[in-house]
Amino acid sequence: MLRLLQIEFIKLWNNRASKVLILSYFILMILIAGISMIKVDFGPLKFHIADVGIFNFPYIWHFNTFMAAFLKVFLAIVIVSMIANEYSNKTIKQNLIDGLSKKELILSKFLTIGVFSLASTVFIFLISLFLGLIYSDFNEFSIIFSDLEYLAAYFIKLIGFFSFCFFVGILVKRSAFALGFLFIWFIGAEIIPYTYLASKYSKELADNVTSFFPFGSMWSTITEPFSRLNVIKSAAQQVGEDITRDYSVQPLQLVIVLCWTAIFIYLSYALLKKRDL
Amino acid sequence: MKTILKVQNLTKKYGYLTAVKDLSFTIEKGNVYGILGPNGSGKSTTLGIVLNVVNKTSGDFSWFDGSINTHQSLKRVGAIIERPNFYPYMTAVQNLKLVCKIKEVDESKIEEKLELVGLLDRKNSKFKTYSLGMKQRLAIASALLNDPEILILDEPTNGLDPQGIHQIREIIKIIAAQGTTILLASHLLDEVEKVCSHVVILRKGEKLYSGRVDEMIVSHGFFELKAENNEALLSFLKLNPNFSNVREESGLIIADLKAEINASELNKELYNNGIILSHLVKRKESLEEQFLELTKNQSN
Repeated sequence: MLRLLQIEFIKLWNNRASKVLILSYFILMILIAGISMIKVDFGPLKFHIADVGIFNFPYIWHFNTFMAAFLKVFLAIVIVSMIANEYSNKTIKQNLIDGLSKKELILSKFLTIGVFSLASTVFIFLISLFLGLIYSDFNEFSIIFSDLEYLAAYFIKLIGFFSFCFFVGILVKRSAFALGFLFIWFIGAEIIPYTYLASKYSKELADNVTSFFPFGSMWSTITEPFSRLNVIKSAAQQVGEDITRDYSVQPLQLVIVLCWTAIFIYLSYALLKKRDL
Repeated sequence: MKTILKVQNLTKKYGYLTAVKDLSFTIEKGNVYGILGPNGSGKSTTLGIVLNVVNKTSGDFSWFDGSINTHQSLKRVGAIIERPNFYPYMTAVQNLKLVCKIKEVDESKIEEKLELVGLLDRKNSKFKTYSLGMKQRLAIASALLNDPEILILDEPTNGLDPQGIHQIREIIKIIAAQGTTILLASHLLDEVEKVCSHVVILRKGEKLYSGRVDEMIVSHGFFELKAENNEALLSFLKLNPNFSNVREESGLIIADLKAEINASELNKELYNNGIILSHLVKRKESLEEQFLELTKNQSN
C-alpha cells in the first residue's frame, strides 16, 4: 500500500502544475482564517466578523467544513489531470507493461484521493481549532469537541467528489474535456432537474430527489450554516419568517455518498479492465 | 530448456477485423527471437496481449510455465512497445526511480543501465528535452532495470536516424551476448536476420512459420550459371527434371533446384555434355527472399 502511494507521489510531486495547485489549495484554506481579520467599517454598520459568532464552538465545525468544501474544485483539477495525463502520455500503458496490475493502478489513485481528503480534513480541523480557541465564546472541552461529525461528513464529501472526478477522468481521458463534462453534468443533470422539480412540484420533493444524485448527495451532507447564525435568525424573524431546520449530519446522506464512491471506483476499474490500451 | 512464454491459439478480434488468428508459439530461454511481419500483421497486438494491455478474444498464454500471474511475471520481463512512454516533466533518473518502484527492484541499477545506453551525462535532463533516439535508449535502460529474463522490443529502431539505429543495434547485441532472451518484433528483415536465431513469421494475424532462422528454407536454393553457349545450357537445364523455373536474368541463367545437387556434380555433368561454364554459383535465398516467397505462397 505504501508502495502504491509512493508511486503516485513521485508522479504528482514532480509535476509543477500539480504541485502548485496542491500548495495553493492548502494556502487558500489558511486564508479562510484570514476572514477573521475582516472588520467591516461601513458608516453605521461596524462590526468584526469574528464577533458575529461564526467562530464559536461547535458552530465553527459546521461553518468551516461547509465553506472549505468549495475549495475542493482546486484539487479536482489535480485529480482529473492525474489520470488524464496518464492517458495522454501513454504512461498508463507503460505502467501496466512494467508490472503494475490494473487493480493496483486504480488502488494507487484511490489511495491518493483518500490521502488528499484526509489531509484536507485534518487541515480544516487544525485551522478551525486554532480559530475557535482564539475567538470562541465557549471554551469548555466538551463543547469544543462536540459536533465533530461535520468533519466526518466533510471527509466523505471530498472522497465522493474526488472519486467522481477520477471516474470522469478515466472515462473521458482528457483533462479539459473531463472538467467540462463535470460542469455540464452539474448544470444539466443536477441543477436543471432540481429547478424543474422545485418549480413544478415542491422544493421539498426537489431536495429529496436530488439528494440521491451524485453532486446532490454530496451537497446534502452538510446543510448550509448561515441560517443557523443568530444574526440571520433574528433578521429573518423581523421579516416574519421563522427558520427551523435540522442542521445535523444525516447518516443516510453519508451512506448515499459512499455508495456513489463505490460505484465510481468500481466503474473506473471495469472500464480500465475492458479497454484495450 | 526453460519455457519463458507459451502462446496457445491466441485470437484477437477488433469488431470484424481479426488482428491475430489462432496463433501459437513458444519462447525458450536463451534464444533471440524475431517476430516478423509486414505492418498490420498483428505483431504489436500479440505483444500487447501478452503484456497485459490488450484483452484477448480467445486462446491463452502463460508466462514462466504459468507459475505466477501475469502482472507478477511482467516484473521479470523488460518490454518497450512502439514509442517510449515516460513522464515528460520528469528527468531520466526520476522516471527510472518510478519504474523501480513499480517493478519492486532496487534503485542501485539506475546508473549502470544509463551508462550501458550512453545516457549517463544526460541523466538529470527532463525526458521532454530528449531526442527520439535518446528516448528509445532510455526505454531500453528502463526495460533492463530488473535484469529481465526476457527483453521484448517492438520496432525499436522505428523512426530513428541511421546513427540511432546503429546505436540501438549495438546495444541489442551487447544484451544478447550477455545471454538475455530477446523477443524482437520488426518489419525490417535484415534487422531480424542480423540478431535473431529464431523467427516467427506473421501475415494478417496468422503464423506462416516458426522455428530457426537457418532452417527456414523454402527451397533447395538455386544456381546462377553462365556459359559460352547459353542456348545449349538453357535447353539442358530445361530438360533436366531436377530444375524448375529456368530463366535468364541480366545475362545469367537462373535455375531453381527441386532436389539437392551440389555444384561440382553439376559442373562435371555439364562438362561431359560439352557445356563449359564461365560462372557457377549456388545460392540460397536471403531471409528477405524467403520471407517474400513465404508470404507470396500463402496469398495464392
